[in-house]
Amino acid sequence: MTTDTTTKDTAPGAPAPGQVVLDARGVTMRFGGLTAVRNVDLTVNSGEIVGLIGPNGAGKTTFFNCLTGLYVPTEGEVRYRDQVLPPKSFKVTAAGIARTFQNIRLFANMTVLENVLVGRHTRTKEGLWSALLRGPGFHRAEAASRERAMELLRFVGLDRKAEHLARNLPYGEQRKLEIARALASEPGLLLLDEPTAGMNPQETRATEELVFAIRDQGIAVLVIEHDMRFIFNLCDRVAVLVQGEKLVEGDSAAVQGDERVIAAYLGEPFEDAPGAAEVAEVEAAEAAAGTESAEATEPAEAAAADAENPTDAAPGKENDR
Amino acid sequence: MTTQTTPSESPKSPGTPETSDTPAAARAGLVGLPASLGRALATGGGVLTIVSTFLSWTWTTDFPGDLTVYGYPGGLQVLVLIGGVLTTLFGLASYGVRGVRALAPGSADAAVKMAALGTFGAAWYTVIAISVELGGLVNLDPGGVVVAIATLVALIGALALPFTRPEPDPVDPDDTGWELLRHNTRQRWNTFRAAFAADTPAPARPLPSWAEILVIVAVMAVGLTVFSYGVGTAYDELFIGFLITAGFGFAAVSKAGLVARVSAITAKHRNITMIGAFVAAAAFPFTQTSDQYATIGVYILIFATVALGLNIVVGLAGLLDLGYVAFLGVGAYTAALVSGSPSSPLHVHWPFWASALLGAVVAMVFGVIIGAPTLRLRGDYLAIVTLGFGEIFRITVLNMDGTSGPDVTNGSNGISSIPNLNILGFDFGAQHQILGTTIGRFANYLLLMLIITLVVVVVFRRSSDSRIGRAWVAIREDETAALAMGINGFRVKLIAFALGACLAGLSGSVQGHVTYTVTPEQYQFAYAVPPNSAFLLAAVVLGGMGTISGPLVGASLLYLIPAKLQFLGDYQLFAFGVTLILLMRFRPEGLIPNRRRQLEFHEESETPAVLSKAGA
Repeated sequence: MTTDTTTKDTAPGAPAPGQVVLDARGVTMRFGGLTAVRNVDLTVNSGEIVGLIGPNGAGKTTFFNCLTGLYVPTEGEVRYRDQVLPPKSFKVTAAGIARTFQNIRLFANMTVLENVLVGRHTRTKEGLWSALLRGPGFHRAEAASRERAMELLRFVGLDRKAEHLARNLPYGEQRKLEIARALASEPGLLLLDEPTAGMNPQETRATEELVFAIRDQGIAVLVIEHDMRFIFNLCDRVAVLVQGEKLVEGDSAAVQGDERVIAAYLGEPFEDAPGAAEVAEVEAAEAAAGTESAEATEPAEAAAADAENPTDAAPGKENDR
Repeated sequence: MTTQTTPSESPKSPGTPETSDTPAAARAGLVGLPASLGRALATGGGVLTIVSTFLSWTWTTDFPGDLTVYGYPGGLQVLVLIGGVLTTLFGLASYGVRGVRALAPGSADAAVKMAALGTFGAAWYTVIAISVELGGLVNLDPGGVVVAIATLVALIGALALPFTRPEPDPVDPDDTGWELLRHNTRQRWNTFRAAFAADTPAPARPLPSWAEILVIVAVMAVGLTVFSYGVGTAYDELFIGFLITAGFGFAAVSKAGLVARVSAITAKHRNITMIGAFVAAAAFPFTQTSDQYATIGVYILIFATVALGLNIVVGLAGLLDLGYVAFLGVGAYTAALVSGSPSSPLHVHWPFWASALLGAVVAMVFGVIIGAPTLRLRGDYLAIVTLGFGEIFRITVLNMDGTSGPDVTNGSNGISSIPNLNILGFDFGAQHQILGTTIGRFANYLLLMLIITLVVVVVFRRSSDSRIGRAWVAIREDETAALAMGINGFRVKLIAFALGACLAGLSGSVQGHVTYTVTPEQYQFAYAVPPNSAFLLAAVVLGGMGTISGPLVGASLLYLIPAKLQFLGDYQLFAFGVTLILLMRFRPEGLIPNRRRQLEFHEESETPAVLSKAGA
């Protein structure tokens, strides 16, 4: 798998568009008496960008962790390309699911290039003996890894900073580096956990384009995000998670128009959930900004979000946090 | 030249003691003299110091080193002479004298200050030691008085050199007296530190590679000379003088920017540097007339090699191993059991290569046995388990004496009379004539141990700069993220642990032969004599985690200082503790920092944000 990331060719290993990449069925996650995620079904097809939204505490990150092997679901199963996911996160990565973290987790004291090289770990084989004996195979593999890593850094626009320490990068570039590191493991599915948290509008738009470019390589993307404009511009499909349960799933327009979603965000009591009113009230206050800005956009316009040319003026886009 | 200073006097809130400072004072040095006068005093003081070392300092030869001779320096005078020469040279460099100027590409002023401080320390230490030991100032000859005055003048002159004062922090008007005191103390401390601050030198003109190699050779020669001198110091006073001169001398050279230049060159020619260092180390026994100091040399080398092995586990993979010396013990006992020793229950005599291999493999097996259940955990558990393993090893060995357990290790008597090695007819126990020099038993072992050290250095270098080494560092940095990047954390940590154990076992197989006898109490957690787990860890932390030269330097210091300063006696561990605390306070990255760690601990400093390709 040595595709040139700078071109927009589909990776040879990537499945044909429309094929199911990720298939989560009935995923339930309980911590003691608390059910964080209840019976969630979600599929992601290849070449698709799927968004996962929901108020704070809805169980988005827990669900994410179930997908990446950090948690083993209490019930249900997750299949990646028809294989049930192994329960260890490093095996999940090896299988082809890469992720980023909500609060950036780079290897702060390694250089930018080294960070990406670590991402190559699952796609290289050289063990200790090879490193000690330094045969021609070792040098070839190292050179190939470096070349591929530099390619990825060029792809996200960090190639000039390859020798900087990761900790010294500005915030936005750290996010990009984390994505480059995840891409280095040559995933078929990329999970992004709030990739634009704390970014300004320009950076958010750059990230948007980056995600489209990743999708164009044939990598399916699943995004958690609070920034509604970002999500509705980006995603082919959006699933809404409220109180651990999937409320709606559909395209941007459908989700934006759905009363239950608005209720969940704005605080109408929603049945079958004890105490929902209070919770929703608090959540509504927190999420109000995001929803308002999302609703300011015409739903139709958002649904027809021009993938290649998202240049519509977005004045004063607000972030949720 | 960095004599230009910006007037950094900023408006202070009224009422603080600093308001008395005038802008003129801000540009001056720590001592209120004009800069030109200070420079002259420092250089002149340096010259006078050189002259004074050729005079007699005391009338009697009762003080060790014979300082009574007019005409040539002896003992401590040599050290003061070196300090004087450094002060003078850097003084001339600060004048911008052609030729000498190149000696201080960094900050000549800071270098003068350090050199003058070191010379002052060494000279006054000598003068005070003479007065105290012989009973009174009357024992000083004119030379002694001259050197005291000369070094003091040089120091005052040097401190009068201007420097950039740090911007004072504004005072919070609500501060209470105690907070104000702390604030002012911090301010003064910052000013004091700034007085010795140096600039990073501009990038050097590229030298032809033969010249760079010559520089490396010269540096190695200087290193060998300094090390041989330090090991060969005959009495406590001389060793203390050596520590003062070497410490401040190194600081001065570093402030002058020469260390940065040299490390840039060595980073460029890493293989040549490595070969040079090993040739220099191999040359050490040839510079010695007796086997006495080769003994120290070989023990330092064993200690340093084991510390370097530990550095893979602690420095790279970030696994705190408090029982590492047990793996050394496993190697030593294994090699001793098959060495043909009469007290070994196995009456076999294996060749060295086989016993070394067996020692390494058995230690590695123990490493896997200890690591497999514990490395799945994170955090402090590993430290506790390894600490326990170290003690279990010692007590088990102690009890396998035939009465409390099976008769394997001879209990507290240990396995004694381990025969000397004989490799290809070369008897390590006998003296040999090589290149006209007599090489004794310990020197033989030193050369053998050097090969083991070379193996460990190569293993460290190659493994750290590879896929597996990056995985170790990634695990150390953030284990969750490393797992999410597809690194099998347990497996990778186990490899580091087993590799470390294996290298310690390899060193142990030589150590058993060097010491004649292996006994359980050599392999405790803490013990007066290195190597033991506490000292090994200290050598790694003191020297610098994750580097090759760090543990080597740390181990040398930690071995030499207790071995040389006999008078410390019972206070040795106390002094060791105080040193460690001070070092961790003021230089947490170790004496020879990994560039990464330096950035980690001194974020605000002027160190470049970019790591060069050569890296750690």
